[in-house]
Amino acid sequence: MLKHILSGDMPRSKILSLVLVVIFLGLAFAPFLFPGTRSLDTAARICIFIALVASYDLLLGYTGIVSFAHTMFFGVGAYGVALASVHMGRGFDALIAGTLAGALVAAILAAIIGLFSLRVRAIFFAMITLAVATAVAVLFSQMSGITGGEDGLNFKIPRAQTSAQKYLADPVLGVKINGKLLNYYLMFFGSLALILVFLRVVNSPFGRVLQAIRENEFRAEAVGYKIVFFRTGASIISAVGAAVAGSLYAIWLRYVGPDTTLSFEIMIDILLMVVIGGMGTIYGAVIGATIFVIAQNYLQNLMVVAADATSSLPLLPLIFNPDRWLLWLGILFVLSVYFFPKGVVGRLRGERK
Amino acid sequence: MSTAPQHNPTLGQASLKDRFAPYIPIALVPLLMLVGMVAIQAPSSWMTLTVSGLAMGMMIFIMASGLTLVFGLMDVINFGHGAFVSVGAFIGISILLSLGALTGAPSLFLNILAILAAIVGAMIGAGALGWAFERVIVKPVYGAHLKQILVTMGGMIVVEQLILVLWGPDEIFINRPEALKGAFIFLGAAVEKYRLLAVVFGLGIFFAMRWVLRHTKIGLIVRAGVENGEMVKALGYPLRLVFISIFIAGSALAGLGGVMWGLYQEVITAHMGGNLMVLVFIVVIIGGLGSVEGCFIGALLVGLLQNYVGFLDPKLALVSNIGLMVLILMWRPQGMVPVVRAK
Repeated sequence: MLKHILSGDMPRSKILSLVLVVIFLGLAFAPFLFPGTRSLDTAARICIFIALVASYDLLLGYTGIVSFAHTMFFGVGAYGVALASVHMGRGFDALIAGTLAGALVAAILAAIIGLFSLRVRAIFFAMITLAVATAVAVLFSQMSGITGGEDGLNFKIPRAQTSAQKYLADPVLGVKINGKLLNYYLMFFGSLALILVFLRVVNSPFGRVLQAIRENEFRAEAVGYKIVFFRTGASIISAVGAAVAGSLYAIWLRYVGPDTTLSFEIMIDILLMVVIGGMGTIYGAVIGATIFVIAQNYLQNLMVVAADATSSLPLLPLIFNPDRWLLWLGILFVLSVYFFPKGVVGRLRGERK
Repeated sequence: MSTAPQHNPTLGQASLKDRFAPYIPIALVPLLMLVGMVAIQAPSSWMTLTVSGLAMGMMIFIMASGLTLVFGLMDVINFGHGAFVSVGAFIGISILLSLGALTGAPSLFLNILAILAAIVGAMIGAGALGWAFERVIVKPVYGAHLKQILVTMGGMIVVEQLILVLWGPDEIFINRPEALKGAFIFLGAAVEKYRLLAVVFGLGIFFAMRWVLRHTKIGLIVRAGVENGEMVKALGYPLRLVFISIFIAGSALAGLGGVMWGLYQEVITAHMGGNLMVLVFIVVIIGGLGSVEGCFIGALLVGLLQNYVGFLDPKLALVSNIGLMVLILMWRPQGMVPVVRAK
C-alpha cells in the first residue's frame, strides 16, 4: 500500500525513513506540536518549499540541466492567484482560476524556453533561463500598473481560510480550530500531493528516460529517444509544479511581491536546498528544504551571537554579521557540490560518488 | 586501348555569396543604427544614444571576451565571471579615490595617470582572483558542466559577499576625473567625453586582441585550441598552461571592464558584476561561444539596442535584448560567428 503510494521508490535506508517520518509527522501535526504564529508560518514555508524544491530537482537532479528560471515559474503561479483575486474578487473561484492560469502560463513559457534553447544547444539553457528570468523579474517590478511594482499586491483570500472563521467553539489541544488552520492544511496536503506526483513522474518510464539522458545523453539518443522532447517535457512538468507551489505560497502569504517570489536570492536558496538534500532524489528535497528553512530562521540568531562574541577582534564580526549569511551559504554550497554531491540522502543511503 | 577519362579541372573563385557570408553579421551593426535612427527620429538624441550604446558595447565586450575564450578552450562555463567585474571595479575605484589629488587636478596628464594606476591595480587584482578561482573552484570540476555551473555560481556568491565584508554594504559613488567630466557638442548632439574615450579604448583593446590572436604564435595556439584542443595537445603544446593564462587574462579584462563600467555609471555595487552577467551571456551566446569577433559584434548590438530601446521604452530594454538573442539564434543556431569544433 505504502509502496504503491510512493510509486515504489522507497527511502532505502532506515535512518532516512525515520527522518522522513519525523518530518512528515512534524508537519502534519505542526499546529498542535508547535503552537504560535511564527512556527506555523515556518511549517507552511517548509511545506511549500519542499514542493518547490522537488519540482526543481526533477530538472536538476533527474534530467541534469541547470535552470535559473525556477523562481520565474514560482512567481508566475503566485502572481496568477494574486491577480485573479484582485480582479475577480475574494473567492475560491479566483484562487482556482488563478492557480490554473498561472500553471498554464508557466507551462507555455517553459515550453518556449525549452524548445528554443535546448534545441539550439543544451548548454545555452542555463544562460538563457538566467537572462529570461532576470528580464521577467525586471518587467514585473516595473509594470506597477498591473503587478503593483516593487510594492507587490495584497489580496484577500476567502473568509473560510482566515482566522476570522471559527469552526469549533472550543480549542482542541489548546489550538483554535479556525480558517487559518484549514489554510495550513491546504498547504500541507497541496505539497504532499505535489510530492507524490513527482515521485510518480520520476519513477515512470518517462522519468527513467530522463535519468538515462542525465547519465549519457549520446547513448539515450542512440537508443532512440528524442532528448529535446524529453528535456522540454521535464522542464514543463517542473515549471507547472513550481507555479502551483507559487500559488500556494501566495495564498498563504496573501501577498505577492518581487522579493518574495521572483528574486534571485530565492533561486539560490532553491539550489542550496537541492544540493544539501541530495540531487536526484525527491526525498532530498524534503530534507533539504526542511533543514534550510529552519536554519534560515534560526541561523541568523546564531550569527548575532557569534558576531557579539568576536566583536573585539578585527574583521571577524564583519564576517559573522547576520547580513552576511549568504557568504556562509555560498561556502557551504561550494563545499557540498564538491564533497557531498549526493547530499544528505545519498550519504544516508550509503551511495558512493 | 581506352583513353584516360576526360578531366578538366577548373580554378574558379568561390561565389560572392560564399565569400561574404562570414562577414554578414558585421553589417548588422550599421543596420541596427539605421533602424534606431528611423525609430528615434531626432538626430541629436540618436547621436548621443549611439555613442553611449557603442561605449556600453565596448565595455561589455571587454568583460565578455575572456569568458568566450575560456569556454572555447576548455569547455568551461564560468558563471562566476561577474565576480571579477565587481572586484576589478572595487579595487580600481578605491585606487582612484585614494588618488584624489591626481583626479581632482584639471590636467589631462595627471588624470590619465590616475586612471592608468586604477586600471593596472584592478587588472592585477582581478587577474589574481581569477588565478585563485581557477585553482580552487574550477579545476576540480573539469568536464562536468552541471557542477561547473553550480560551483562557479557559488564562488560568485562568496566573492560578492566578501566584497560586502571588505568594502561595506553601501554602494560607492564616484566622480570622474576632471578632464573626463562633461560633454562636447558635435553636430548639435551632446557627446560625453568619457563615452567617446571608452569607445576608443574598447576599439584599441579589440584590435590588440585580434592582432595577438591572428599574428602571434600564442594566438595561433589559442585559436587552434578552440577549434580542436585534442590535436593541439597531441602536437605537444601545454594547453593547460595556455588555458590558465587565458583564464587569468580574461579575469583581468573583466576587472578592467569593471573599472570602466564603474566610471561610466559613477556608482559601484557588489552586485554589479552579477547583474551585468545577463548581458554578457546574451553577448557570448549570440556571438558564438569561443569567437572573439562574434563577441565583439554581439556586444555592440546589445549595447546599441539597450540604449535605443531604453530611450523609447525603458521597461523593454532587457526584453528587447532577449528578443535579439532569439532572432539571432533562429538565424544562426550556433551564434553569429560559429567556431568550428571537432567534438
